Amino acid sequence: MQVQEIYNKLEKQFPGKVGLFRGDIFDPCLNVDAGAIVEVCRYLRDDPETSFEVLSDLTAVDWTKKDDEKIQVVYHLFSYGKRHQIVLKVDLPREAPRIATVEGVWKAANWFEREVFDLFGVDFVGHSDLRRIMLPEDWIGHPLRKDYVEQEEYDGISTQRAPLVEKLLK
Amino acid sequence: MQPLLNSLPETVFTTKVDELLNWGRASSQWYMLFGLACCAIELMQTGGPRADLDRFGCVPRATPRQSDLMIVAGTLTYKMAKRTKLLYDQMPDPKYVISMGSCSNCGGLFQVAYSVCKGVDKIIPVDVYVPGCPPRPEALTEGLLRIQDKMMRERWLVKDPAREERAGT
Repeated sequence: MQVQEIYNKLEKQFPGKVGLFRGDIFDPCLNVDAGAIVEVCRYLRDDPETSFEVLSDLTAVDWTKKDDEKIQVVYHLFSYGKRHQIVLKVDLPREAPRIATVEGVWKAANWFEREVFDLFGVDFVGHSDLRRIMLPEDWIGHPLRKDYVEQEEYDGISTQRAPLVEKLLK
Repeated sequence: MQPLLNSLPETVFTTKVDELLNWGRASSQWYMLFGLACCAIELMQTGGPRADLDRFGCVPRATPRQSDLMIVAGTLTYKMAKRTKLLYDQMPDPKYVISMGSCSNCGGLFQVAYSVCKGVDKIIPVDVYVPGCPPRPEALTEGLLRIQDKMMRERWLVKDPAREERAGT
């Protein structure tokens, strides 16, 4: 199925909830309304024509461009049966980003969402086990956010670099 | 002393206790298998037949309790730093540490990252730093020989206060 057809289908099914379709790029993508993500995902998985059985990636991007600040959660879907793929993007406010979990649609989302929570601080509402997955439990902050400030020390270990490196970083 | 020495058969040697202990230790440095990243590949090469650490009496051990030497080979993250300290504390004295490669020397290429420890010397005392990214087997062998030199200078009967102070005992 062509991505344009998938988009038309979605637009018909969820009027006003999807938009900003780009089909001319390597990974065709579209924006989804934050409140509709779970139903859109479930529809894409269960519809026999789209049948996206696989969530191959779930990640996020922190955009700090002026007047366009957002945290964008990105869903990469793939269908082994139909050999097609699509990318869904959801824009969230940078302060207190919250979105419903898609763990109920694809189980693989569990660890992906924990990773996004760990590094971006996105709160996945309804997630069964929203803990840090890679960083230690006592870590402060979410390091892939652009406004992340490195602590002076972690667990008594200084984060100070060599003086020349510190100078170059400034 | 001289009459006594002359009375011994030729197969008997005399030496100092320190010399004997140091010679024994320097000729059997058992190093802990502690590869953290790509430097571990060079560490394996150094243990392999071409560089052949075995000829210095170096044997890899899989447990800190049987090791004399820790070769920190690779990028040290903060998460691993805690474990590294624990492993170091589990090693019996006297113990030595080689910091192998840029990453364990100062964080190296990855020191700008949030999760990487800026040098293993921030958590445990280091005896020899081997530069390189990664160091060639020859470089690590050289580091090992420097450790041997250091071992030969140790004094056990009358301890060196400076070293005691540095080790924090």
